[in-house]
This record gives sequence, C-alpha cells and structure tokens, in this order.
Amino acid sequence: MIEVKELRRSFGPVVAVDGISFQVEKGQVLGLLGPNGAGKTTAMRMLACFIRPDSGTASVAGFDILQNPVEVRRCIGYLAENSPAYGEMTVGGFLNFVCDARRINGSKRKQALDRIVSMCSIESVYHQTIETLSKGYMRRVGLAQALIHDPQVLILDEPTDGLDPNQKHEVRRLINKMAKDKCIIVSTHILEEVEAVCSRTIIISEGRILVDSKPEDLKQKYQCSLDEVFRKITKGRRT
Amino acid sequence: MHSFWAVFKRELKSYFTTPLAYVFLVIFLFFSGYLAFKQGFFEARQADMRTFFMNLPLLYVFMVPSTAMRLWAEERKTGSIELLLTLPITVTQAVLGKFFAAWFFLAIALALTFPMAITVCYLGQPDVGLIITGYLGSFLMAGGFLAIGCFFSTVSKNQVIAFVLSVVAAALLVFAGMPTTLDYLSTFLPAGLVSAIESMSFRQHFESIQTGVLEFKDLAYFLLLIVGWIAASAIVLDERKGA
Repeated sequence: MIEVKELRRSFGPVVAVDGISFQVEKGQVLGLLGPNGAGKTTAMRMLACFIRPDSGTASVAGFDILQNPVEVRRCIGYLAENSPAYGEMTVGGFLNFVCDARRINGSKRKQALDRIVSMCSIESVYHQTIETLSKGYMRRVGLAQALIHDPQVLILDEPTDGLDPNQKHEVRRLINKMAKDKCIIVSTHILEEVEAVCSRTIIISEGRILVDSKPEDLKQKYQCSLDEVFRKITKGRRT
Repeated sequence: MHSFWAVFKRELKSYFTTPLAYVFLVIFLFFSGYLAFKQGFFEARQADMRTFFMNLPLLYVFMVPSTAMRLWAEERKTGSIELLLTLPITVTQAVLGKFFAAWFFLAIALALTFPMAITVCYLGQPDVGLIITGYLGSFLMAGGFLAIGCFFSTVSKNQVIAFVLSVVAAALLVFAGMPTTLDYLSTFLPAGLVSAIESMSFRQHFESIQTGVLEFKDLAYFLLLIVGWIAASAIVLDERKGA
C-alpha cells in the first residue's frame, strides 16, 4: 500500500533524508525508529505530501505523492508531531471543520463524530476550547481528526510523546485495534512502543535506513534487548 | 471547492470567536467616523461622503495589515499549517479561502459604516450612485491592501515583521500618488515616468472610482494587484510551509 523509492530531501546544506526505500502492506504496523534528527518526521511529511522530496518518489494506496497529492491526503490520516490544532476552536467545532474539509456530511458526519468521540474518549472535552486542553487530550483530539474519515493509511508522528503511562497504553491499544485492516506507520524513539505495537521496524539514522526487520528477529540476531540493538546500530554508524 | 468553503467558514468564525473582530471593528468604525467629521463634513455643506472616503486609504494602511498579519504567520508559528495542508486541500484553495474570509470581514466592517450613509441621506439628497461607487472603491482597495498583507504574512513567521512590512509596502503605494510626492519626483524624473508611478498608486485609481465613473482600468488595477500578490503568496507558502 505504501511504496517508497529513494526519497531524498535536504534543507539547505543539511541532508535530512538520504535516499530511503521501503514498502508497507495493509495489516502491517511499521515503526520508524531513530535518534532525534534522524529524518523520521521529514520522511513522514513527504509521505503525507506536506513537503516535496528533492528526488525519488513514493506512492500511497496507488496514488503518487508528486502527481496526486490531494488524493494521497484523502486516503491518509496524519497526526503531526505535537498534534497541532486551532487553539481557539472547541473540540466539536474543530472536528466539524475537518469533516467539512474531508467532505463528510449529513448523517455520515453524525455517525463519524459519534464513533470517533467514543473511540478516542473525548466526550468530556467536546465543548471545550482546544487551547485549554491538557497534552493528553490534545493528542487524542489529534488522533480523532486523523481517524475521523476511517482512512486506509495512518501516519502517526510520535503519537505517545509526552503522555503519561496510562495515556500511552490507551493510544497503543487503539493502534493495535486498528492494525488489522489498516496500513500504519508510527514514528517513535520509545523502544517499548516498538515491541508493543509494531510488526516491523526500520531503524533510521542521519537520513539513511540502517535496518529493516521485525522486532523479534532483531532481538534474536543481536541477542540483547531492543535498547542495546538500537544503541549498537546507531552508535556503530557514527564511528 | 468544498475545501475552499471549509477554510473560509473556519477562518471567518475564528474572527468572531476571539476578541479580534470586535476590537478591530470598534477602532475602525470610531476612527473612520471621527476623521470624517473632523475633516469638515458639516463645514463643506455638501450631501456627500467625500470626507468619509478620502480618509480611508490612510486608515487602511494601518488597519488592514493588522488583519492580514495573522493569516499565515500564526499558522506557521503554531504549526497548524501542517494540519491544514495535510487535509485534502490544495495550497491555492487554502490561500484563497483565508484571503476571501478576511476580505469578507473587511466588507462587514465597511457595511457597518451605514449610519454615515444614512446621516447623509437624511440631511440632504446625495447622489446615491457616488456613495455606491465610493463603497465599491473602498472594498477593492481593502482587498488590495489585504493581498499585500497576506503576502508578507507568508514571508515571515513573526506577525510584527509581517505587519511592519505590509504597512511600509501599502504606505509606499498610497504615498506614491500624493501630490507632494509627485511634485518632488517631477523635479528630476521625466514626465512619463512620473505619470507611470502615479498610475501605480492606489490613490489615483481610488479617486477615479470615487468620481462615480467605473472605468475598466481602475477595476483592472485592483484585480491585477490582488491576483498578483495572492499568487505570490501561494508560491512563497508552497516553498516555505515546511520550514
């Protein structure tokens, strides 16, 4: 469902993503793992058609990110880092805006809103303005806008970053629930998340893919915890 | 098209759910009325809105950039631009949606000056056509300033910088047409160049519309100005949205 071929992107002299290629199929949860500044967010932004690659290409659900960016965005649910939203809107107003933009109207909208509000547990804050919400709730609202149109593909950038253990558990539970019939990419640098949620993991550092494998296979190959694996692979690269 | 309307609706609503609209409207309405009367509305003894309209360019130079500065600078600063532009919407639709919402808001501000028009109609028998063309000219001019403000808002993440740059650009376009400036320029520039500069200024076209004659060249001036700056905004935004 997602095919990435030699994506490359620089910001001035800094090469953020240096020719990455991978594939993700439906039913898989891919964990993009890497140190800060590795290029995870840039890669996800390119897939979500927020920024354009300098070279290389990718296709999501059959649509090319360069030729059909609007179609790609229609098929994707994207949660950006720090889950941005319009602070002055209420949660309900915000979700209605997303429905407007995604063309979910009438009874379908009511159904989608009911479904998503209970799925993300945001009933209690539905009429509250977003800027007054705690981080956990803001993240849930962000997830809600990513899921409201029931997309085939989900791209989540550090979805549990900064959440407390209970909230982390909730988000992971949600991802596991949806994993069966969606294609999900999650970026993280929390290793227990990779073990909890991902069926496959890619370790990316300094814009390049170092490893593309399953978490269990990695642990078996290196005979140590994922923590150690990560350290060996990313630190080893720097010397 | 529906994404354009989604952005338009959202933006317009956001003006009124924050104090922004109310503060702007009160200040704009107060000063437009105050300046009109101070400039000799009663002394002129004429039933027209000339003293009202002649102050609008200068008022717009400061007030319109204050509306425009937040259009894109705020989105880029808070990161909500990443949310907006990962919805199934093109950059052009987003830029146009926000621009027209802001323009509509300025139209509301203009419409709320109706007591002035009623006053004139009550006190005398004004030429209503002149009032209508006056409002039309003001509306187009507001759109022109707004387009400039929109561009500078895409250029900077800092709203203050966006505001200052828009004010300077707008002021240049207004003052280029002032008689004192043109007189000074004609001391060292050839006449053709001076009249070219004059025709690039807001004043000439605004005052031309105010005489009650709707000439194509004046309408074209404003439309080209708006289209040009908005297209530039879309291009700059497309380049810089990720930065």
